[in-house]
Amino acid sequence: MLKNIKKIGLAALAVSGIIMGGISVASAAGDSAYPLKKNEWPHAGPFGKFDKAALQRGLQVYKEVCSSCHSLDMVAFRELSALGYNKEEIKAFAAEYDYADGFDDEGEEKTRPGKAFDYFPAPFASEQEARDSNNGAFPPDFSLLAKAREHLSIFTPWASVYGEDYIVGILTTYHEEAPEGVEMVEGASFNEAFSGNQIAMAPPLSDDMVEYADGTPATTQQMAHDVATFMYWAAEPKMEERKEIGFKVMTFMLVLTILLYFVNKSVWAKLKRGDED
Amino acid sequence: MSSSSYEPQNKVAKWVEDRLPVLGLLHGTVGAGYQAPRNLNYWWNFGSLAGFMLVVQIVTGIILVMHYTPHVDMAFRSVEHIMRDVNYGHILRYIHANGASMFFIVVYIHILRGMYFGSYKAPREVLWFLGLVIYLLMMATGFMGYVLPWGQMSFWGASVITNLFGAFDFYEGMGDSILQLLWGGYSVDNPTLQRFFSLHYLMPFVIVGVVILHIWALHIPGSNNPLGIDAKGPADKIPFHPYYSAKDAFGLAFFILFFAAFVFFMPNILGHPDNYIEANPMVTPPHIVPEWYYLPFYTILKAIPHKLLGVIAMFASILILFVLPWLDGSKVRSAKFRPMTAFFFWLFLVNGIFLGYLGTKLPSDIVFHVGEMGVDALTLGQIGTVFYFAYFVVIVPLVSRTEKTKPVPTSIAEAVLGSKKKG
Repeated sequence: MLKNIKKIGLAALAVSGIIMGGISVASAAGDSAYPLKKNEWPHAGPFGKFDKAALQRGLQVYKEVCSSCHSLDMVAFRELSALGYNKEEIKAFAAEYDYADGFDDEGEEKTRPGKAFDYFPAPFASEQEARDSNNGAFPPDFSLLAKAREHLSIFTPWASVYGEDYIVGILTTYHEEAPEGVEMVEGASFNEAFSGNQIAMAPPLSDDMVEYADGTPATTQQMAHDVATFMYWAAEPKMEERKEIGFKVMTFMLVLTILLYFVNKSVWAKLKRGDED
Repeated sequence: MSSSSYEPQNKVAKWVEDRLPVLGLLHGTVGAGYQAPRNLNYWWNFGSLAGFMLVVQIVTGIILVMHYTPHVDMAFRSVEHIMRDVNYGHILRYIHANGASMFFIVVYIHILRGMYFGSYKAPREVLWFLGLVIYLLMMATGFMGYVLPWGQMSFWGASVITNLFGAFDFYEGMGDSILQLLWGGYSVDNPTLQRFFSLHYLMPFVIVGVVILHIWALHIPGSNNPLGIDAKGPADKIPFHPYYSAKDAFGLAFFILFFAAFVFFMPNILGHPDNYIEANPMVTPPHIVPEWYYLPFYTILKAIPHKLLGVIAMFASILILFVLPWLDGSKVRSAKFRPMTAFFFWLFLVNGIFLGYLGTKLPSDIVFHVGEMGVDALTLGQIGTVFYFAYFVVIVPLVSRTEKTKPVPTSIAEAVLGSKKKG
């Protein structure tokens, strides 16, 4: 009897799941003329860890290219230890930036070199200044962008869009010429991944734009991949710690669940035989 | 029937009990001496799981508050401070955010179990009411909690939902007055965030109070059971401890595995990506959707193209559950012996999930094609809404009164032990 109820319930859920899955796929497929390409991410999946070399390269791309327009407000230099840098390297990295430091005796503004506790400085003092310099568009902050652009689907995981894939898509799918019949807004570029296909950002990357410290050839694809990895780290810096704790929790709970299953079974054994009274 | 009265064995306990019978109260509420039907299945685990989730939410919430700042200029950043700088803050926040979803999953199963096995029927109507009150309080608490991180969906969700109350514009200016009271001003802004924060902290403790009443009301008639028949003799009942404490412990451990899989390996899958963008009153997201647990009701709201009627339908879709004990006229509680009732129950469940799915769509979205004609989400939402209400107003009253039920066993012990011998 009980088994039947469970079966009916599971069947109903399965059927509705399949119906919805089918519907979602059908509608997702019709969404865009340019499906987003999926990339391999070493940090994806339950066992995934950050590729530190890619993170360092991504930081280099951010620093040399993106940071002229995009801020990274929520990341402090001290956090760069996660990318494999030691204290001295971080201090030196921070010292390259200047920070306001009150006023001197003459009433003039003072500056001091950056310290490990400082946050990445923003390229523009205000949103208005950023818009003035960027043809009216506001370059978004990078701190959480990778998580703000992912669309995860629980019923149809295969239809999920990851923020890193989206970022690579934006950086690598510019068209030199808009397709025929597309009326472009003044100053906009045609981009396959961007919503509406007209993006205010001019193509930011070109081959060999940076010279990687580790000698990796700096193709546009490589740079896009590296900066997307870096941006995912910036958005979710505690990912590795979370997964590590997760494994301990899952292992512990799995053992505990098995033990409690047998405890429960033995507690009920007499009663199930019906000879308790 | 009722739990055995508490008699302290130890001297200190007796001394305390003589002066303040608080141990007896605890004994009665926790259910230490509680006798439960012997045939409860795993669907009966979800009450204790809901209690567990309430405690998890309160504990993680209290710690999160130590690091959170309820101010429009600082809320978003303070949540990221929790995620980045606070020791294990990211775990705490992910537990709390996913915990809300888990709480709703567990409570939905708990409510549906009550519907399937007729737990709302006499003599458990008040128990059912209290459960619905808890559910309504949870909806309010969850909604206000979602506003606190002050992301784009927080802000715009808050704007859409609070604006609904403006529909109660029964005399000139009444709608605006309600809105100004909710907002603390003329739009969703800092006063709104601060009052939502205050209430989000208060409500869980109100829920605790109603949970105590809910358990109290449970312990008077005792638990229903899958057969839906009253437990009569001592052979029908077993002590809660060790039987159900062991079963609940196993169920809880299994549930924590499920919960942890979300917290540690897919913490953002149930959230909306736009909530990682700080609230901006000048930029409306292309598509404002509430959290998944409100989606079916959101579809009902959108299905009716009249603001006030839509809001009334949305509230009615939950409030109608209060009259379910009288809509159902059957003498038999459990749907096990009511095949038609069971059939419509599953249809109701599938319809509910479908309404939830439609909640993620824009009304004009084409969901599927019939030949050349596209069927949009609005039409399907209206069909689903009609079925939702028809279930309560037409199907349940008629089916429960006309259905020929299967023979019901005379006692739990006979049913359980009898089937054991056959099997």
